[in-house]
Amino acid sequence: MFIINCPFCGERDQSEFSAGGEAHIIRPKQPTELSDDEWADFLFMRKNIKGIQFERWYHAHGCRKWFNVVRDTSNDKIHAVYKMGEKPPIK
Amino acid sequence: MSESFRSSETKFLEKTIRISFKFNGKTFYGYKGDTLASALLSNGIHLVGRSFKYHRPRGIMTCGSEEPNAIVQIGGNGVFTEPNVRATEQELYEGLEATSQNCWPSVEFDIGGINNLISPVIPAGFYYKTFMWPKKFWYSLYEPAIRKSAGLGKSPTQPDPELYEHKYIHCDVLVVGGGISGVIAANISADNGNNTLLINDKSSLGGSTIYQDDQNYKINEKISSDWLNNEINNLKNKENLTILNRTSLAAYHSYNFLLARENISDHKSLNERSNQLRQRLWKIRAKKVILATGAIERPLIFNNNDRPGVMLASSVKKYIDHYGVRCGNKNVIFTNNDTSYETALSLNKKGLNVSVIDIRKNSSSKLVQSVKKNGIKIYWNHTVVDTKGYRKIKSIQIMQLSDDGSNVTGKKINLDCDCLSLSGGWTPMVHLFTQSGGKLKFRDEDQVFLPNTAMSDQISIGSCNGDFELDDVVNNTITSIKKFLDITSTSFDNLNIHCPKQKENRNIWLLPNDKPLGKTKPFLDFQNDSTAKDIKLAMREGFRSIEHVKRYTTTGMGTDQGKLANMHALGIISEAAGVKMGSLGTTTFRPPYTPLTFGTIVGRGVGTFFDITRKTPMHEWHVENKAEFENVGQWKRAWFYPKGNENMHQAVQRESKTARESAGILDASTLGKIDIKGTDASEFLNRVYTNAWSKLGIGKCRYGLMLNEDGMVYDDGVTTRLGENHYIMTTTTGGAANVLSKLEDYLQTEWPELDVWLTSVTDQYATASICGPNSKNILKKLFPSIEFNDENFPHMSFKNAKLDNVDCRIMRISFTGEHSYEINIDSKYGKSLWEKCMETGKEYNITPYGTETMHLLRAEKGFIIVGQDTDGTMTPIDLQMDWIVSKKKYDFIGKRSLYRSDTMREDRKQLVGLITDDPNEVLEEGAQIVRDVKKKPIEMLGHVTSSYFSPNLNKSIALAVVRNGKKLKGNKLYVPMKNKTINVTVSDYIFYDKENKRLNA
Ligand SMILES: [Zn+2]
Repeated sequence: MFIINCPFCGERDQSEFSAGGEAHIIRPKQPTELSDDEWADFLFMRKNIKGIQFERWYHAHGCRKWFNVVRDTSNDKIHAVYKMGEKPPIK
Repeated sequence: MSESFRSSETKFLEKTIRISFKFNGKTFYGYKGDTLASALLSNGIHLVGRSFKYHRPRGIMTCGSEEPNAIVQIGGNGVFTEPNVRATEQELYEGLEATSQNCWPSVEFDIGGINNLISPVIPAGFYYKTFMWPKKFWYSLYEPAIRKSAGLGKSPTQPDPELYEHKYIHCDVLVVGGGISGVIAANISADNGNNTLLINDKSSLGGSTIYQDDQNYKINEKISSDWLNNEINNLKNKENLTILNRTSLAAYHSYNFLLARENISDHKSLNERSNQLRQRLWKIRAKKVILATGAIERPLIFNNNDRPGVMLASSVKKYIDHYGVRCGNKNVIFTNNDTSYETALSLNKKGLNVSVIDIRKNSSSKLVQSVKKNGIKIYWNHTVVDTKGYRKIKSIQIMQLSDDGSNVTGKKINLDCDCLSLSGGWTPMVHLFTQSGGKLKFRDEDQVFLPNTAMSDQISIGSCNGDFELDDVVNNTITSIKKFLDITSTSFDNLNIHCPKQKENRNIWLLPNDKPLGKTKPFLDFQNDSTAKDIKLAMREGFRSIEHVKRYTTTGMGTDQGKLANMHALGIISEAAGVKMGSLGTTTFRPPYTPLTFGTIVGRGVGTFFDITRKTPMHEWHVENKAEFENVGQWKRAWFYPKGNENMHQAVQRESKTARESAGILDASTLGKIDIKGTDASEFLNRVYTNAWSKLGIGKCRYGLMLNEDGMVYDDGVTTRLGENHYIMTTTTGGAANVLSKLEDYLQTEWPELDVWLTSVTDQYATASICGPNSKNILKKLFPSIEFNDENFPHMSFKNAKLDNVDCRIMRISFTGEHSYEINIDSKYGKSLWEKCMETGKEYNITPYGTETMHLLRAEKGFIIVGQDTDGTMTPIDLQMDWIVSKKKYDFIGKRSLYRSDTMREDRKQLVGLITDDPNEVLEEGAQIVRDVKKKPIEMLGHVTSSYFSPNLNKSIALAVVRNGKKLKGNKLYVPMKNKTINVTVSDYIFYDKENKRLNA
């Protein structure tokens, strides 16, 4: 049960949030131009990292905002939290 | 009355309060302050249970949560009965009833004891090996028999009447453990302005130091117990300190989130408990955590080390010093280190006969000197090779150890003994530390695992951090706390501490014997009856990982989670495998540290509080009119309204007929409603629905289908354009929350440039849906100012209106295929709207119908229900709803996926109708559909998704998904059931009014 520092609300219990998977996967602007393989890559392929992972979270029981989190999946340490559209503060 | 074993006065008991209790039906007496275990021992009772596998007699071994044997059933046969209670932790109360578990017919004479005689044929893995075959015997024969003789106590058969609750607490510093290091830590923390919480699993603070009144142990020239008592008194008036006694930590999660269970009334008599909370689960968020969880003494592993009367030396000391109870008259202490010499001195001081067997060759500490001075006989370099006595130990045999400790030599010496105290050194309680993600290190000199690196802001102090001597405990605690809390000086600086012990011990995991291992019974896990032999057998059979050996031999799998003997198991494995002890790691310690009751876990969330119940504004009316309800997610929806003695079928047939013939009314308030505003609202709808929205006129409604990005149908519903930049979307009842978060997701992450604002208004509006040929007449009477003709108010359009002075939205939309209207009104007027509709519709026999009739009517029309006729693998094309998929739109969610090779396959499962040969045969929803019954294996083509008897068509109808179903239209298929096979014909899935004439009727 970790604590997430929502960029809009501040520190809240994990139970208020839901996880939204890998971050920075951009929906293709012209899906019809893509081959089946390219579209499948966007649709289904996700990294499953042990270590630092960039991921999306949704403050479902709070401000209802989506945002990005940098989390170490091996120990749940959160290294950064930033809004949608912002550049990751760490690499 | 039997002999009293209460030997000495003690300030820890209230001798004026005598308590009577029952054990196995017999009445005994103890005092306030006793545990069940100390009270039993004071009555000379050691034998309290039988072991799990061999049914060997077992006695009280410890005085705490690590107890493997003294596990009893508390509270008689009634609703308050509770199995698996540790007698060593249960405080005595007036009228307590306890019974032994795992024995039949009685603990003194136990039939299962025959397992002990045949134990050579019950090796490790015996249950796995023997009862696996033949498989069919497992459920009928083996499992019931094993369960009956395997004593895990009896669970209560009635609901638990007691109260439990959950409580959250936030603190700067949490101190876990009320021993000397915990008390010092709490003192320093609170004195330095930290909001501090101290939790202690015993009824009072002080740990084992509080009864240490030996002159050898001094702090600032005071006996250590007096010094500590003074410090505990200092704690009492600190404003920023909260102390929770009788509270044990169950789990330590990441980010310093911890769960603790507080016992509030378990120590009180049943009379005193009435209407009190029984237990409270504390959910603790701490900025910093200080673990002072102590250490558990290790037993020694030798032949027949499990007889009643064989106990841990530190426990024997607590029983005499704290409870004034002697555990035996002829005491022998068997040890590998100095601490148990304290026990020898305590017993000696009370005038009891005691001698010591030490596997070390000597020790010259002050403590040992003073034992010698008191004339206590010490057998150096000796080990116990056997014990005698069935219901209690009577004598022991000892032999000299060889120089390297691997063998025994010389002659056997026989010693009388009715209490054998064991001390094999100490195991720091690092369970909570590792639960929190901490990594351990191994200390070779005394073979202990210690906290190394922690994942959160925490430290371990005292004996759980490997400090076992008073001076180390106090000095290191103070140094670490100062660093941890960033403090330069404390009131505890420069203490003068006397401690007479030395640290050397001699560690031999499995003590040698004159007999080979196969002929002896050196027990490791007392509760699960696993021996050193079992471990070695597992190794011979090829098990190497500690986790595998543990499961195969069941070592450490009991309710005590192997607190006593896991280290010995590891030691024996590493010796047999020839690897270094530290390199094997340990088994994983999982929460809870000690068992929790189910009541504590659920707290107040029982019965109607188990889950949220959502009720519509009309709910009371449905109740008053005898509706039966069904659960749809958290909603209670009216299911059908039986009249008189009608059953469900009869009620639904009547409701369905009246709805088509005159007028029906449905409470549709549960449908999800999302208010959509913004200059880009139309564009947004274009992107999320499969059909086009830009040209929808103001005041018009449209049905939309929403896909996932993978092309599969996700939700559906009607959306109405209320204004230029204003829409109201309806979703399915169950999908409302998911649709909203999905829409927010796209809006916030993919299309932040769109000016669109979403608000959930599901709870703000109540909805009554009136359908049937007379619906128009009823609406006319309700809203006389509106012209209800097809020109002014056509199908799929909307009007603002007023009912009396209250604003309403009326949509002319239909989910039944009938001419019908939906009236939306502010929730608080929902019930009066409904009553008004009923009153106005009386002359047309307006009939309330529930979800069952709604499902039937829409099935007649072939309208899908997302989640019933679809399952996340159906595209709109599979549903034969090609008409709703825009070919012109460049993009919408899921569009590209409709052109993937797999979604374009023609032989996908597709939605079809099924007509049974026998019009009265109603198919079972979920039934499988096949083409050929005889072909084996039977090829499944699909399944029935919706099925009803239609009163309007007077025959059975069904919707189904069938592979290649579109092309199978007109073909005969089969639905094999348990007793028969039903013949069906694939049909169109619109059964009623294909031309939609009734919409404008
Ligand atoms: Zn937020």
